[in-house]
Amino acid sequence: MTQKVKQETVAMNGDEAVAFAVKQCDVDVVAAYPITPQTIIVEKFSEYVANGEVQTEFVCTESEHSAMTACLAASATGARTFTASASAGLALMHEMLFVTSGSRAPVVMAVANRALSAPLNIHGDHSDSMAERDSGWLHIYVENAQEAYDSIVQAFKIAEDVGISLPIIVGLDGFTISHTLERVDVLSEDVVKEFVGERQFPMVLTHEGKTVPFKLDPENPMTMGPNALQNYYFEFKRQQQEGMNNALKRIQEVNIEYAKISGRSYGNGLIDAYQLEDAEIAIVCIGSTAGTLKVIVDQLRQEGVKAGVLRLRTFRPLPVEELQNALKKIKAVAVMDKSMSPGGLGAAVFNEVRNALYDLTQRPIMVNYIFGLGGRDYSPRDLRRVFEDLTKIAKTGQVEKQVNYLGLRE
Amino acid sequence: MTTQEWKFTAKDIATKPDLFLSGHRACAGCGPAAMLRLIMKATRGPTIVTQATGCMEIVGSIYPYSSWAVPWLHTAFENAAANASGIEAALKVMRKKGKIKQEHIDVIALAGDGGTIDIGLQALSGAVERGHDFLFVLYDNEGYMNTGIQRSGGTPTGAATTTTPAGSVNPGKLEKKKPITEIMLAHDMQYVATATPYYWKDMLTKVRKGLEIEGPAFLHVFAPCPRGWRTEPAKTIEYSKLSVESCVFPIWEAVNGKRQLSTPSKLIALAPQKKKPVKAYLEGQGRFRHLFTPRNAHVLDEMQRSTDERWQRLLQKCE
Repeated sequence: MTQKVKQETVAMNGDEAVAFAVKQCDVDVVAAYPITPQTIIVEKFSEYVANGEVQTEFVCTESEHSAMTACLAASATGARTFTASASAGLALMHEMLFVTSGSRAPVVMAVANRALSAPLNIHGDHSDSMAERDSGWLHIYVENAQEAYDSIVQAFKIAEDVGISLPIIVGLDGFTISHTLERVDVLSEDVVKEFVGERQFPMVLTHEGKTVPFKLDPENPMTMGPNALQNYYFEFKRQQQEGMNNALKRIQEVNIEYAKISGRSYGNGLIDAYQLEDAEIAIVCIGSTAGTLKVIVDQLRQEGVKAGVLRLRTFRPLPVEELQNALKKIKAVAVMDKSMSPGGLGAAVFNEVRNALYDLTQRPIMVNYIFGLGGRDYSPRDLRRVFEDLTKIAKTGQVEKQVNYLGLRE
Repeated sequence: MTTQEWKFTAKDIATKPDLFLSGHRACAGCGPAAMLRLIMKATRGPTIVTQATGCMEIVGSIYPYSSWAVPWLHTAFENAAANASGIEAALKVMRKKGKIKQEHIDVIALAGDGGTIDIGLQALSGAVERGHDFLFVLYDNEGYMNTGIQRSGGTPTGAATTTTPAGSVNPGKLEKKKPITEIMLAHDMQYVATATPYYWKDMLTKVRKGLEIEGPAFLHVFAPCPRGWRTEPAKTIEYSKLSVESCVFPIWEAVNGKRQLSTPSKLIALAPQKKKPVKAYLEGQGRFRHLFTPRNAHVLDEMQRSTDERWQRLLQKCE
C-alpha cells in the first residue's frame, strides 16, 4: 500500500458517490431518463454538466429504452458511456440490455436496486437487476457508498478491457446506499483518469484483410448489429461467454491494481469472505446487508459461535470456484435473497450459489431466506435469528423449511 | 462545414459508387431497395447510417455479408432515432476532444412505416425535440411487410393485410393512415418533406437538403412493395408515379414550416384536369382488389372523396 495517493474525505450518499466517480472517469456520453424512478445520480451529474465541470455530452432521453439505445449507439461510435437506472426503468430497458451485451458495447450502468410493480413500490430490493440476470451484463453489487465510488471507477476498466468488451451493472441498494449519507474517500481526478486510461477497442479483421478497431468509423466502414441466422447466431452468443470467463480474472486483477492506488480492496473482487475459514455456519448475501451481518458475526464469535459471512460481490460472471472453496467445509449455509422467483425453488442468489456447490462431495446444507422486499426493514435481530436457525440445522442435519420468508406477516 | 455545389444528374448517379451495394436479398421490384440505393447517392461525405429492424435492415445485413459501404448500426425496431441520438452525441463530444479526424460526419436514420409511425414514434419525437443533427428517412410501404404483411398505422383505408383481411363484413382496413408528416411538422422542424423514387431527382435533392440542415430533418418516402401490395414487380415505379398523379401521395417540402408543393404536385395544382382518379392508382393492386366489387363501390367513392379532401387541405397549407 506504499503507493497509495492522497485522498480527500467527503460526505456523500451512494448516488452522489457514483456521479462523482463518473465525473472523474472522463465519460464521453451520458444518456439517461431519470423518472422511473428518478435518481440523484443523473441529477448530480447534470449539475456537473451545467457548471462545465465535465466534457460530456448529456442526452436526456424520453425513455429508458431510448437511454440504453443511445448509450449503445454512442458506445458503438467509440464513446465511453454511462447511464443509471432502477426498477421500472431498468425493466423498460430489458430488450436493449440484451442488444447492448450482444453488440459487445462496454456501457457502464449504476442500478440503485429497487422493487418492481405491482403493487407500485420504488423502495429497495434486488428484483430489478435480478430480472436481468441473463441479459449478458456483468453484475457487481456493492456494500456501501465508498465501494459504489470505487466500483464505478473499476467498472470502466473492466468493461472496456478488450478481452471482455461487455456492459456492466454496478448495483447499489436503493435508499440504503443510494440515499444514505456516508463518509467517502475519493481519489484525485488525475489519478482516476490515469487508472482508467483511454478507451481501448478490440481489433477486428475486415473483409479486405485490414485489422481495425471495432467501432463505427467512416474510414473503416463496419456493419454493426447485423442479422445472424441459424448458421452464426450461436457462435456470437458463445463468444459472450468467453468475455465473461475473461472477466473472472480481470475483476480480481483490477481489485488488486485499485488497492495499490487507493488502499481499498473488496475481498478478491469476486467474493468478500468474512470469518469463513473456520466457520461452521455462514450467510451468503449481496449488497449492504453484509455490513450488518459482519457486525453480528463479530458478536457471535465473542459468544463462541463459529459464524461467517460471504458477500457475493460479482454475481456475473459467477465465481463458481471461489464459492466452492469458501463454502465447502461449512455445515449449514443460508442464502439471503431480496427478490423472488415465484414458482421456483427459492430465488436467484440461492439458485446460483446452491448450483455452484452441487458437484462437491462435501457440501453444506443450504437454505434460502427471502427478505426486505419492497424496502421492508430488517433488524440485526432478524438476521441473528437466521444464524440461530443455522446452528440448529448444523446440529441436527434437519431442515424444516428450505425457503423461508424473513420479516413477513404470515 | 463547406456546402458543396450539387445537382443530381443521371450521369452523377451512374458514376458515383454505390453505398448500398448489390447482392442484398430484397424481393424483385422492391421499392424501398430502389429508394435506398438512390438516396445513398445523395450523401455529401462521411456518413453513418442507422436502421430500425425491418425489411431494408434484414436484406442488407445478413451475417457474414453486408450491403453497406458506410458504417452502419442496427440495434432494435423501435429506436432508430435513439440510435441516431447516441451516434450524434458521441460524434459531437469526440470531435470536441479531438478523437475524430473528420470535420463532419452525417447521420442518417432509416425506418419503415412501423418503425416510424407506430413503435418508433416515441423515440423519433424525443430525438427531434432534443434537436440532434440527423436526417430521418421513413420508407413507407404501408405495412409490416417483412413479418408477413400486417397492418400498420401507415396502411391506408381499404387495404387488405393479414391483420385487416377483406372479409364478408370488413372491406380491409377501416381506419385512416396516420398523418406522420403533420405530426413531424408540429415538432417545429426545420425541414420536413415527402418524396417517392419515380421523381428521383426531387428525392435526392431532398435527401441532400435534409443532410445540410443543422438539426433534425424528416423525409417521408413513399415506396411501393410488390409483395405486400400484390402488384407486379415491374410496376413498382409506375405505382410510385401514380401515387403522386392521383394525389394519394403529393410531394412537397416544408422549410422552417413554410410548405411548398414540389414540381410534379405543383403541376397538378396548376392544372387540376391532370389529376388522375384514385381508381387508376388502386387498380392492379391486389390489396385493393376487393374494392372493385359492387358491394364495396361506396368504399372506393369514399377513398376518392377523402383523397380530394386531403389534397384541398394540403393546397391551403402550401404557399
